[in-house]
Amino acid sequence: MGSYRKKKPYGSMIIMGIVSIALYAALLVKQDIINGIFGKGGIYAFFPIITAFIFSYFHGGFTGSFWTVLGVEAKKKREVK
Amino acid sequence: MQDVASQVSNFIDLNWMNMTYLFLVGFVGGLVSGFIGSGGAFVLTPGMMSLGVPGLVAVASNMCHKFPKALVGSIKRAKYGQVDVKLGIVLGISAEAGVLYGAHIQENIKKAFGDAGSNLYVSVAFVVILAVVGGFVLRDAWKTYKSGTTDAAEKVTKIAKWVQSIQIPGTMVYFKSIDARISVLFTIPLGFATGMLAATIAVGGFIGVPAMIYVLGAPSLMASATELVIAFVMGLGGSFKYAMSGLVDIRLAMIILAGSLFGIQLGAIGTTYVKPFMIKMVMGVIMVTVLFSRALMVPVYMSQLGLIGTLEDTTVNVLKSTSFAIMIFALALGAFIVLKAMWQGRREEKLAAREVVSHGKI
Repeated sequence: MGSYRKKKPYGSMIIMGIVSIALYAALLVKQDIINGIFGKGGIYAFFPIITAFIFSYFHGGFTGSFWTVLGVEAKKKREVK
Repeated sequence: MQDVASQVSNFIDLNWMNMTYLFLVGFVGGLVSGFIGSGGAFVLTPGMMSLGVPGLVAVASNMCHKFPKALVGSIKRAKYGQVDVKLGIVLGISAEAGVLYGAHIQENIKKAFGDAGSNLYVSVAFVVILAVVGGFVLRDAWKTYKSGTTDAAEKVTKIAKWVQSIQIPGTMVYFKSIDARISVLFTIPLGFATGMLAATIAVGGFIGVPAMIYVLGAPSLMASATELVIAFVMGLGGSFKYAMSGLVDIRLAMIILAGSLFGIQLGAIGTTYVKPFMIKMVMGVIMVTVLFSRALMVPVYMSQLGLIGTLEDTTVNVLKSTSFAIMIFALALGAFIVLKAMWQGRREEKLAAREVVSHGKI
């Protein structure tokens, strides 16, 4: 049967949240250097793309857990028989 | 493009006000995208430009937030079994070609007729496509709502049945969302059109989603979820192209992403609570509202090109601000319908669960 309520992902939310905040803080604190490098174009085009993937992994993980912790979850499918 | 990069080194200064603005627009845009597969971009590009971001940097930064957002959204919706990855990739690749061709047309129009000519082309494309496709989608959703058949399985259109019946040896591919084999000779032009629209008005999904539903015969939920895969493929290629010219302002892209990832998760969750016709309803409502916003700008560009008499400065300003306000209203309205539908769905779910529990006690 298992427990009635699933355990909420507090741990994942906190870890992913801290990493996200750190990433955003680093981006904003070092914005001049970052824009200088990323704005060079050419082969430097990989930098913004990789950055976007890294941010989406951590911030995506955080926002996913965030809604679950708040109790906003997908509708559970019921067997209709 | 390299020469463009050297001219556009003016990345704007960010303060708390404009960061909050981008975060919030990102959130609402993400919410709508999570639900209907696209949207939000049409507000974000002009929104960034209103902060003083040069047009190309706004387009590039918007695209660079779009592909990671679409990635997160499609992974989320794949968990609900709504994504047809194969269809998304097949359409996405041809959409990429459409984006490149669309951008090429844009450049030529700009060269021949200047900024006003290019803006007029974009606005007319907006009005015509949104009127035809948006009107059709909204009518269909409204008919379903009125007929009281919102719970019934979605009907496959005649054209989709015809497309599914055509057998062209060597080009047939099975797609799980459609549960039929379809010739890629049909999907290629659809993907191409989606890409061309994305390059022109920034929202390819306004063609992509209705095309998957009405021309290929995919269910609404799967079409809107699969659109996220197309947006990812297109956005990744497009972002790389712009980044090669140094046009992506990563700060803008990531701040919008911060808001939009909250939104897209919520929008994706929302799809599990609503009936399929709601996808069409939200999409149709947004498309038809945005149409008015763009239509207001047509006389402005026409007067700039000398096609009609010169308009007063005050008239131009009123038209511009009204147009922008309608666009924000369209997005907010879409978000409101999504949240309301989700709220109702959750309430019904809770009531049903309570009933089950009380029956259990007896």
